[in-house]
Amino acid sequence: MSAVPATTTRQHWWSSPSARREVRWALFFLSPWIIGFFVFTAGPMLWSLFISFTSYDPFKGTAPWVGTDNYARLLADPSAQLALRNTIFFTMLHVPGQVIVGLFLALLLTRVGRGAGIFRTIFYLPNVTPAVAIGALFLMILSANGLLNQGLEAVGLNTPYWLTDPNWVMPAIVIMSLWTLGATVIILFAALRNVPIEMYEAARIDGANAWQQFRNITVPFISGPLFFVIVVNLIASLQIFSEVWAMFQGRPSAGPSAQRASLLYVPYLFQKAFQDFQMGYASALAWALFVIVLVVTLVQLWLSKRWVYYENG
Amino acid sequence: MALREEGIDRSFVPGIADPAQVTAARRSASGWIGRVVFGLVLIAFSVLFVFPLVWLLAASLKPGAEVFSSSLIGSQIQVSNYTRLLDLVPQFGSWFLNSVIVSGLAAVTVTLSSALVAFGFAYFRFPYRNVVFGFVLATMMLPGAVTMIPTFLIWKSLGFYNTLVPLWAGNLFASAFYIFMLRQFFLGLPRDLFEAARVDGASYFRMWRSIALPLTKAALIVVFIFELRASWTDLVKPLIFLRDVDLFTLPRGLLSIIASSSITGEGHFELLMAAAVITTIPMLILFFLGQRYFVEGIATTGSKG
Repeated sequence: MSAVPATTTRQHWWSSPSARREVRWALFFLSPWIIGFFVFTAGPMLWSLFISFTSYDPFKGTAPWVGTDNYARLLADPSAQLALRNTIFFTMLHVPGQVIVGLFLALLLTRVGRGAGIFRTIFYLPNVTPAVAIGALFLMILSANGLLNQGLEAVGLNTPYWLTDPNWVMPAIVIMSLWTLGATVIILFAALRNVPIEMYEAARIDGANAWQQFRNITVPFISGPLFFVIVVNLIASLQIFSEVWAMFQGRPSAGPSAQRASLLYVPYLFQKAFQDFQMGYASALAWALFVIVLVVTLVQLWLSKRWVYYENG
Repeated sequence: MALREEGIDRSFVPGIADPAQVTAARRSASGWIGRVVFGLVLIAFSVLFVFPLVWLLAASLKPGAEVFSSSLIGSQIQVSNYTRLLDLVPQFGSWFLNSVIVSGLAAVTVTLSSALVAFGFAYFRFPYRNVVFGFVLATMMLPGAVTMIPTFLIWKSLGFYNTLVPLWAGNLFASAFYIFMLRQFFLGLPRDLFEAARVDGASYFRMWRSIALPLTKAALIVVFIFELRASWTDLVKPLIFLRDVDLFTLPRGLLSIIASSSITGEGHFELLMAAAVITTIPMLILFFLGQRYFVEGIATTGSKG
C-alpha cells in the first residue's frame, strides 16, 4: 500500500547540516534558561526532596537519614496544622473577595467611559506599594485606635483589637490583603471590554434582564481571564508571606498569642528553616505545600474544562 | 406588527403608549438617580484605595503624639521627621542605594536573559521544542518555598552569603513568566524581516540584537518595569541572604524598623511612616511614569494566560 520503500531509514528533519546549525544556535539562545533550570530549579527540587528525608544540619553540613520521620512529624505537628488551617481560612476569604470585588469594580469601570483610566490607576496604586510598607501601614490602620476602628466607632459598630485579639488577627490579614486587588481589576476590565456589544443588544431585544445578560453573556465571555485570576490568586494566597511576616512573626512586639493566631504556612516554613534551622523538616513542609499547590492547580484545570468557554472552540 | 397591519397609529391611541418610549422615560428618570449612586459608589471605592496612602504620607509629617488623631494635618507639618529618621537610622542611605543597585541589576539581567531565551523559543526550530517550553511554563507553578532552602545553600557554598549577589544574580538565568510574555511578542514579528537579514549575512545573535529587540521595545520595558517593582518590593531574599545591617535593602530595613525597640518600641510611629513613605515613593514614581506599560503588561498576561 505504501509507496515508500521499507528500506529507507527514517531521517529526522534536524539531521541536515543547516538544521543542525540552527539547533546549536537555539541551544545558545536557550542556555540561560537551561542552566538556570538545572542549577536553580530541578537541582534544588531534588536536593530539597532528599533533605526532607534527613535531619540536615546547615552548620555541621551533615544530613543523617531519618526516613519519613519529617513527614510523620508534619502530620502530628499542631503548629503545622494550625498554619494550614489559617492558610485555608485566608484563601477561602481572600480569593472570593478578590474575584467578587474585583469583578464588581471592573464592571463599574466599563460604565465610566473616558475616565476609566484614572480609576484604573487609583485601584492599582496599592499593588505598587511594597509589601513591608503595606504591613507597616496596616499596623497603624488596624491598631486599636487606628483608622479602621475610628471609622467603625463613627458608625456605632464595635471596635475589635485587630492586631492582638487571636479571634481577629486572621480577619485583619484578610482585610489587608483585599486592599491590593488592582491587578485583578485590570485583567477583568480588559476582558470585559472584549465582550462584543452586539451580544448585549441582541439579548436586550430578546428581553433579557441585567442579571440574565451578566449570567449568560458576560460570564461566559470572560470565563478565560476569570479562571486565570482565580488560579493565580489561589496559588498566591497559599504562599502569602511578606506582609504577614512584617506585621506578626517578624515583629517581636506582636506578642506570642497574636503571632500564633496569625501563623500561616509559608511563614511557619520560614521559621523552621531559617530561625530554628530545622531544614529537613522545613523541606518536608515545602514538599507538602508543593503537593497541595499541584493538586489545587490540577483540580482547577479540570474544572476549567467544564466551565471555561473558549471562543475558538 | 399586528397593529400596523390594522392601520392603527399607536401614538394617537390614548392609553396605549409606545412601550419603547415608556422604557426610555423610565430609564432617564432612574438614570439620573442611577448615575448619582454609580458616581458615589465609584468615589467611595477610590477613597478606599487612595486614602490609606494619603494617610501614610500625612502621618509621616505629623508630630509623634498625633499620628492616630483623626485630622490629616497635625498641629504642625514636621518635615523634620525625615531628618530625624536619618539621624536615628544612619544606614538608611545605604539601604536606599542597595535597593537601587539590586533592583537595577535584577531588572537589566532578567530582561536581557529572558529576551534571549524567548527569542530562542520563538524563532528556532529544534527537537522537542514544545516539550521544553512546557517545562518553562510548569516552573511558573512551582512554589518558591520548594527551592528556597537549596538555593540558600547554593549561594552560601559559593561564598555569596551576606552579599547583594544572590538578590539579583539568579536573574541571569531568565524567568519563566517573562519568557512566556516576550515569546508572544517575538512570535508577532514577521519572519520575512529575519530572512532578509539572513540573506545579508547577519548572524542569529545580530538578528536578535538589531531586529528583534528594537521592534519589541515596549514589551521589554514592561518586563524591565515589572522586575524593577518585584525586586524593589521583595523581602524574602534580603531576609534570607543578608546579615549585615549596612547591606539591607529598603524592605529589609523597614522590617528592622518595625521590629526595633528604639523606634517602634518607643512609639515613634511617625518615623516608621516616614521610612515607609521613602520605601514606597520610588514605586509610585515608577508607576506614574510607566503606567501605560503596567496596564498593558497586566492586561495581556491576563488575556493570554
